[in-house]
Amino acid sequence: MSGVALALLAVAVLEECWRLRLPLGTLANPGPAYMPALLAAALLVSGVLIVALGRDAATLGAAGWAEWRHTAAILGACAFVAFALERLGYRLTMALACAFLLSVVERKGLVPTVLFAAGMAAGTHYLFDTVLRVQLPRGLFGF
Amino acid sequence: MLETLGNLGLGFSVALSPPILFYAFVGCLVGTLVGVLPGVGPLAGISLLLPATFGLDATRAIVMLAGIYYGAMYGGSTTSILMRIPGEAASVMTCIDGYAMARKGRGGAALAIAAVGSFVAGTVSVVGLMVLAPPLAAFALRFGPPEYVALLLLGLLVLAYMSSGSMVKSLAMAAFGLLLGMVGIDQMSGYFRFAYGVVELGDGLGVVPVAVGLFGVAEILATAGQPAPPSVIKPKLRELLPSRQEWRESAAPIGRGTVLGFLIGILPGSAHIISSFVSYAVEKRLSKHPEQFGQGAVAGVAGPESANNSATSGAMVPMLALGVPSGPIPAVMLAALMVHGVSPGPLLIQQQPALFWGFIASMYVGNVMLLILNLPLVGLFVNILRVPYPYLYPAILVFSILGVYAVNGSVVDVWIMVIMGVLGWLLRKLDFETAPIVLGVVLAPMIELSLRQSLAMSDGHYGIFVQRPISAVLLAVGLTLVLLNLYSFARRRSDWRTRIALAEKGEESP
Repeated sequence: MSGVALALLAVAVLEECWRLRLPLGTLANPGPAYMPALLAAALLVSGVLIVALGRDAATLGAAGWAEWRHTAAILGACAFVAFALERLGYRLTMALACAFLLSVVERKGLVPTVLFAAGMAAGTHYLFDTVLRVQLPRGLFGF
Repeated sequence: MLETLGNLGLGFSVALSPPILFYAFVGCLVGTLVGVLPGVGPLAGISLLLPATFGLDATRAIVMLAGIYYGAMYGGSTTSILMRIPGEAASVMTCIDGYAMARKGRGGAALAIAAVGSFVAGTVSVVGLMVLAPPLAAFALRFGPPEYVALLLLGLLVLAYMSSGSMVKSLAMAAFGLLLGMVGIDQMSGYFRFAYGVVELGDGLGVVPVAVGLFGVAEILATAGQPAPPSVIKPKLRELLPSRQEWRESAAPIGRGTVLGFLIGILPGSAHIISSFVSYAVEKRLSKHPEQFGQGAVAGVAGPESANNSATSGAMVPMLALGVPSGPIPAVMLAALMVHGVSPGPLLIQQQPALFWGFIASMYVGNVMLLILNLPLVGLFVNILRVPYPYLYPAILVFSILGVYAVNGSVVDVWIMVIMGVLGWLLRKLDFETAPIVLGVVLAPMIELSLRQSLAMSDGHYGIFVQRPISAVLLAVGLTLVLLNLYSFARRRSDWRTRIALAEKGEESP
């Protein structure tokens, strides 16, 4: 499975080089597509080798995916942060993301959720923005 | 020798100045916390703290980041010994005998031996760094583009060879990392490659979002859904003193671990992890009572803990002397130095003596600080482990996002981190090493530029790589590694890397 995925990725890279019309150059004078094409070829060979050598390997299901619900929820929270950070501002975004993780994913009570989410958002903002002078986004509401 | 001592004097005048002492202390403290907390390795810790160093000068920044690196090595042993949870990957082997000692009521002694071993190894290996880096840098002045191509290729091959498990998979990951490093504007022609109209990708993928995603976020994704961690054994202060017998049993393993760790540290790869596995295997092989390993053997704690600390200094040798990172952690530190306008490489020692020697001296000072932090204050650090994971991981996630965003002030980096997090989680499930990806991202622009410069020098003849002696030797070593791997595969033998991979999964002890 992983070997097939690597081989497909390699084909996609080669197709992308062709679509972008990146000059391949020559062996003596490589162009911008030379290294990507060379690496895609290496990836393709690796993928084929992994498929060929891994016939007795464990199946995808054997890897154990019990935590997938947690994983999906955490990824959802991360995606929300990436989307909302510059729209809602750092403090509001982080507070909402932490509240989601604690209340929805971890099923914690309202008080600990609010205290943690507000404390984390305000505390890290103070530490990084005020003390360490790392400028964090303010967003539509000014905070 | 006198010149070295004079330079070291200059270094101590820098390292003992109050601001440098302060940043070394902060680095050691944060590093210990990073090591203690399961799920936050030194790489994620350094990446997270990287933006906080932007306002500092280069010396303070590198002293603080190095403090985090070796602080994490010290701190990693605490959770391994008291909870059987490795705080970071290099402490996996300490879990076996450290936890067994703790269950016998010798947890305090195990912590003390780990701390003293780490102190001795950290201090002695800095001498190695001090002695080896300047002549290596002088030698590296003979390097041109062909030698750099050969050296960088060798680095990737050694990393793939040293990785536990399949070399084909590791090489595939290195190729994938190099491909990721191709994203952005081509330095020679100005063409945009794989940027898909995202302006921020013009400069390529940053090493910080890639590293934090592959290591920090992936670890959270893998562990957040797991059952609650086991209870913590909390030793009392008076139990920290090992017996005379335990001191005797730990002396030789500390010495061997120090030498082994330093030598492995110089080689490309996740040296701090590999060195602890190799040290454990060596101690078990040399022991008169190998049957005690797994039941609380002192050597099983002293050797690996010394080795992983010594490897951190060894890893600094190629980074400082050649400007070539030997693994993902030195790669992030290299990036940090470049952000501050410092280019590590052969000329660093000549052009920035205060930075180089100040950094060396700060490592001596840092080791003393860490010994003080890790023995009497161990109870304090253990209390952090009592914070329930449902509260801990959102906090780590916030710091990860914060650290990644702050590097360029761009949400594109946060997206990259999230994507790399998913990728890292999937790759771990499928038994792929992710360290070669990070190294590939860092090395890709260097390899490509050096390759094209070499071909321009030789009028397009590839013979330049074998006609120049240094490059020919480096390529020959790389080829030997590939052949060694093929030989081992052809004989269908399970070599030491396979055994390490099995031990990591808990299926067999090396």
